[in-house]
Amino acid sequence: MSDTFAPAKLFATMFVFWLLLNGALQLDVIVVGLLVAGGITYFFAGSLSFLSGYRVSVASAKATAGYLAFFFTELVRANLAMAWLVLDPALPMTPAIVKVRTRLQHPVARLLLANSITLTPGTLSVELRGEWIYVHWVVAQTTDPEAATEAIVAGFEKYLEVMYD
Amino acid sequence: MIALTWLGVAVMTAGVVFLALGGLGLVRMPDTYTRIQAGTKATTLGTILSLFGAALIMPGWSIKLLLIALFLMFTNPLSSQVLARAAHRAGVPATDKTKADALADDQEGLA
Amino acid sequence: MTDTLLLPGVITALAFAMAFWRFTAGPSAVDRVVAFDTLTVIAVTGLVITALVSGRGIYLDVALVYALLSFLGVIVASRYLEGGDR
Repeated sequence: MSDTFAPAKLFATMFVFWLLLNGALQLDVIVVGLLVAGGITYFFAGSLSFLSGYRVSVASAKATAGYLAFFFTELVRANLAMAWLVLDPALPMTPAIVKVRTRLQHPVARLLLANSITLTPGTLSVELRGEWIYVHWVVAQTTDPEAATEAIVAGFEKYLEVMYD
Repeated sequence: MIALTWLGVAVMTAGVVFLALGGLGLVRMPDTYTRIQAGTKATTLGTILSLFGAALIMPGWSIKLLLIALFLMFTNPLSSQVLARAAHRAGVPATDKTKADALADDQEGLA
Repeated sequence: MTDTLLLPGVITALAFAMAFWRFTAGPSAVDRVVAFDTLTVIAVTGLVITALVSGRGIYLDVALVYALLSFLGVIVASRYLEGGDR
């Protein structure tokens, strides 16, 4: 699974971050940014950044847009659900730690999946072990791994498996 | 211009209401895991909304505010996850309402 | 400008107070770190409001660096608690 674009993606991430941080397109800012981003890329080319394993293709770009749209709707739903729960005097909850399985192979894809799970309605990733993710679920509907996977993972997985190797 | 400022103040107020709900969740929730849930969710959307509101009030700061929002969106779930794992590994008990703990079950199987 | 931001500022302070209560009450060390993490996120919004009220953009850099440092602090504290607490 060699990624020929890896150094370029790391360099681009660092350089864009630097430009955003400075918020200016002056010559000195660009020169320093190029040097530092180049240095980081040279020394850390082997390590992971969040674009490692990201596929550079049209299908992947479409999946990214779909993922972002899905993610933000889920984020809003998560917050409204949590707000509703916190404001209810009885705190109606049935918490459980369930395990779910992911088909995703790439570590960065798994990280994004775990992060997405944490930010969506009532679920929080507790531990990652290979293909299993242990999730704390505030209003658990099931403790069966297959059903839980369908409810928690499937929505994000279908985008992430297109986006990452 | 003025209208944009008022819209920004409104969006920001909505955001800080979510922050307050997160704080309320921290106070009311029965155990560590549910508190982490309340703390991370409400505060992430709350912060995104209030930073977006600030960007409407002060459009010149948009890029830096976007950077702060992106940074928090990446680190917030990470730190909650690491905290939840730390709580579980340190043996912090979950509330009596908890139905099942697949992680503890699997650990017994391994030990 | 200062007057219009009074309401968001007060609500932020309220959120901060509630998270701070959890920070002092605990009961476990992890609860305190959770509260600290939430306090940080609320403080970032507080700093952004400060920047707007004072009209000085430098507070945004303060907020960014503060968020970065506290994230690292929370990670280090959690790694420590995994082996330490109880």
